[in-house]
Formats: sequence, structure tokens, C-alpha cells
Amino acid sequence: MSIPLPAFVAIPLVTAFLLPIFGKKGKAAATVLANLATVSLLVLAIVSVGQSRVYEIGKWSIPLGINLVLDGLSSLLLLAISVVSTAAMFFSIRYMEQYTAKAKYLSLFLLMVAGMNGVVLSGDIFNLFVFLEIASIASYALVGFGCEHEELEASFKYMVLGSIGSIFILFAVALVYGNTGSLNMAYISKAIQSSGLNAGLTFALGLFIAGFGLKAALVPFHAWLPDAHPSAPAPISAMLSGVLIKTLGVYALTRVVFNVFGISISTGWLLIALGLLSMVAGAFLAIGQWDLKRLMAYSSISQLGYVVLGIGLGGLIIAEGGNLAWASLAILGGLFHLVNHAVYKSLLFLTSGSVEMSTGTRQMRQMGGLAEKMPVTRATCIIASASIAGIPPFSGFWSKLILVVAAIQASFYWVAAIIVFVSLCTLIMYLKVQRYVFLGELPENLQQSKEAKNSMLVAMIFLACLCVLMGLLVLVPSLRSHILNPAVKVLTDGLEYSTKIINM
Amino acid sequence: MLYALCFLLFMIGLYCAVIKKNMVKIVIGIMVMEYAVNLFLIMLGYRTGGIAPIIDKSQLEPSTGQLTAAFLNSSVDPLPQALVLTAIVISLGSLALMISICVRTYGKYGTFDITQIRRLKG
Repeated sequence: MSIPLPAFVAIPLVTAFLLPIFGKKGKAAATVLANLATVSLLVLAIVSVGQSRVYEIGKWSIPLGINLVLDGLSSLLLLAISVVSTAAMFFSIRYMEQYTAKAKYLSLFLLMVAGMNGVVLSGDIFNLFVFLEIASIASYALVGFGCEHEELEASFKYMVLGSIGSIFILFAVALVYGNTGSLNMAYISKAIQSSGLNAGLTFALGLFIAGFGLKAALVPFHAWLPDAHPSAPAPISAMLSGVLIKTLGVYALTRVVFNVFGISISTGWLLIALGLLSMVAGAFLAIGQWDLKRLMAYSSISQLGYVVLGIGLGGLIIAEGGNLAWASLAILGGLFHLVNHAVYKSLLFLTSGSVEMSTGTRQMRQMGGLAEKMPVTRATCIIASASIAGIPPFSGFWSKLILVVAAIQASFYWVAAIIVFVSLCTLIMYLKVQRYVFLGELPENLQQSKEAKNSMLVAMIFLACLCVLMGLLVLVPSLRSHILNPAVKVLTDGLEYSTKIINM
Repeated sequence: MLYALCFLLFMIGLYCAVIKKNMVKIVIGIMVMEYAVNLFLIMLGYRTGGIAPIIDKSQLEPSTGQLTAAFLNSSVDPLPQALVLTAIVISLGSLALMISICVRTYGKYGTFDITQIRRLKG
């Protein structure tokens, strides 16, 4: 069955504008409607796996009109976005009862989803910028949703750095248009191939890397993330860490670098350097944290480093003309880690939300002994921690294994060593979470704490099951060839993207 | 020359956003950057002595129905103007959100000075 691609943007967008009409009285109806929207997006994303199509908006053929492109990489990201947003939305049913203005929250949530789906599908570089801004502005508002001291401060910091990133991207789009005379990614890529990179385009590439790097919070652009992600309500932290930084940052960066400009040796090294810096710095900063959500936010930076490292390593091997099989393996590891991280990091943030809701604090020093009071939260948290630390047979193990194997095969032994070392640091930080939150003595004031309620439990168990089963994505050949390999192929094909889109 | 001035405006905005301690001044700096980029986009499509890119009968060759060469050589590029319109609407949205966050922060902390608004650290 072929689905109309605009539905991925239209469903959340239309629902987002319908929801505020319900107001305070129709809160239950608004919640049901919002959940229907995310579930239907999940169904659409599952159906669209393995398809690749181009949709021309308003039947204006490219390069005159705007096109939406569905290929392997897009459908992988769509799948991740819709899985995480379905779980986070289900979690919000119960969790967001403690805030006022739930309908407005749901509306902003869906706007963010619409923006992310648009970024992933867009084949036009200015359109990508517009969707990126929709998603970012909705996320600035959601970070400050609580309207307390810390939330407002974090939201302002996030907004200033996010806006600077967006302006860099807009400037780069203008430079690209001035130098190639086109806004369609396929035609830009064709123009670059025939004329080569001049000074203006190189500057534009630098601006793109800085702008998307700010959105992805790669070290040295990471300053906003550890404030913004913990301040948001827990389901939003899950969305931000789980998928937002990946779609607006990593996806857009790889699309532009691989498919539009073409990977070169220097950009490959740049990506590897950014990835390694993020991995090591994020892990060291995370270990010292005592705020539960802040620790998880720093570990997001570290884990995102793995994704960028894998993709950069693959790009470097391609640019050097090395063995394509090894390059594919490195990119496969990076993309698989991206999907895995989306699932287990959002699960970790949901468990932190459930802990925060029952204890009223995020400071790990004030917690302890919650294992008896909250058995399900504890079990799901252990699964997610084991997964992120790379303990077999959970999903994180497989993606890290692939990255290590790829690094060794390409004879980057020191990279493999750093991957294993950071993995150990990750294990330490999540052992710390287990030790201080769930084990030890229960403080007096937490005797009353209760397990999370129905919808929150369902969302957490759903993600925990996925954490256990995700390893099958690489172990079962048919799943791998349907979901992961097409995404890898989009990146290894590189500049052939333009001829494919133009001929489609 | 004009492009260099435009880039200078961009750098002034970036300087203001990075160095200033007052929240409202930071917002102003970001907006200066935004306007510099908009100006750059407009300049990309501009031609000295250009005409509006609107097609009427006088601009078509009577014999073939094609656009005349004079029109193609002198009309300005309309696409950057459409882009700027979109970019202005987006920056308006983020400006409104930024200013409202500033107002709420002032209500909580009683100051616009970011050196005193530091509850988050680590």
C-alpha cells in the first residue's frame, strides 16, 4: 500500500491546531485525540518501511516545486520518531495531570512531531529549514513549560543557542542558493558535482556543520543540552534526547554532508573528531552528576558521539576509497546505535519521570531504596541501563560491537579502544544510578512513595520490551535487509542521490 | 563591498548575542543577525535597475509566445523575496517567544542580568 507522504506532516499539524479548541473541559477528549494521532503515525511509519518514493507538492515538478522524499534513511528515522512519540504521549496521559494547560502541552508536542517528520521527509533545503524551525520553536516552549525559575533559565539558554544555530543554517542556505541557483537538494548536489566546491560553498558547509552541530549538541556546541533536557517535563525530555537532537542534528547533518556536498577526507575526520570529543567529554561530565536527569542528559551527549563517530568513520573510509563493506559496517553501527539510543534513552527519561513524580526530587543523594516501592520502574530502568552500557544480549551491545568490529577492520585500533573505554564509563554511571536511587536505605520522607500509575507503566514496559528485542534488527537477516540496510545504502551511495531523485 | 558590510552586520549581531549580559540585548543581537541574513538573501536576487518579475502580454514575444530576452535580463529574482518573507514570519514567532520568556524570567528573578540568573550549573 502506498501512503501519501504529506500525511506524516498533516496528521500531527492538523491535530495540533484542533486541540486548543477543547480547552479545560474537554481534556480527556483532547488526550484521546492526541494519542490517536501518534498511534496512526506509528502505523503509517511501519507500513512505509522499505518503500522509496518522491512526492511533488501541488504537482509542481522539481526543481520548480518542493518535493518530499521517502528513502531508507527517512523511513528509519520516521520509525524511531513515531515509536518514541507514541510511548511518550502515552506516558503523558497520567504524568501531565500534575501540570495545568494539558491541551496546550499536547498541541506543542504534536507540532514538534510534525516538524521532525517534515525535516526527515523534505527534499528541499529551505523547506528543511522551515520544518526545523517548527520543531525547535515548539521544543523551546516545551522546555520552559513548567514556568519555574530553572525551567525559564534553561529555556532561554536553549533558545539563544538554538536560534544562533538556526541563523547559521539559514545563512548557509542563502549561500548555497547564491552559488548553485537551486534549493532542491538533488539539483544542488548536481550543480556542486559539475562545478566543484568554491570558497562560498565551503563556507556554507562549515556553517551547516556548526548549525546542525548546535542542534545536535555535539561537544563543543553542547552547553545548552544539560540544562534544557532535565528542565523539560519527563516525556518531553524523552522526546528531546530520544529523537529531537538526532533528527534536527545528526540526520540533517549526514544528509547534507553525504548526499548534497559529498563526503571528503577532511569532513570525515571532522565528524570523527566531533564524535570522539562528545563521547569522552560527555561520559566524564556525566559520572560526576548528582541530579538524575542531568546525568542522563550528559550521557546523551556521550551516546550521540557514538552515532557521529560511526557515520564519520564510514564516510572517511568511502572518501579514502577504502573497502566499501567496512564503510557500510561502520555506518550500520552508527545508524543502529541511533535507533537503539532513541529507545533506551527515552525509556531512561520516562523512568526518571516516574521516580521524580513519586519522590518529588531529582537529587540522587536524597533517594535510595526505591526498589521495593517501585518494582516495575526499577526493572525497566535496569533493562535500559544494561542496554546503554552494552551488556549482551540487550540492544546497545550489538550496535557497540558492530562499531568496534568496524573500527578494528579499518585498522583504527585506538578508536576501538576509546569505544570500549567510554562504554565502561557508561556502565559506571548507570551503576551509580542503580546504587543511589533503587538500592540502599529508604529515607524517612520517602516511605509514602508509590509505584507509577497505569498509562505510565504501559509506556515504560513497551519500551523495555523493545530494548530486549531490538537486537533482532541486526541478527535476523530479513529484518536487517528491510530496515537497516536501505538506510545504510542511502549514505554509502552518497552523491548518486541526486541522479536517483531526478530520474524518479 | 555590500556583501562585506552585510557580513559585518552579521558579526555585530553575533558579538552582541555572545558578549552582552542583558537578556533583552541578547535578543536584540540575535535579531540583528537574523536581519543581516535576510538582507543577504534580498541582495542575492537584486539587480541594479531591475524590474518587477511580473509577466504580462507586453513581455511575451508576439510570434513565439516565449518571454522576451529583455525581460529575462532585467527582472529581479523573486525567489529570495519569498524566502525572506517566510524567514521573517519564523523569526517573528521566535522573537515573540523569546521576549515572553524574558518577561516571565524578570517576574521570577527580578533582573535581566544573566550573571545573576544562574541556578543551573554543573
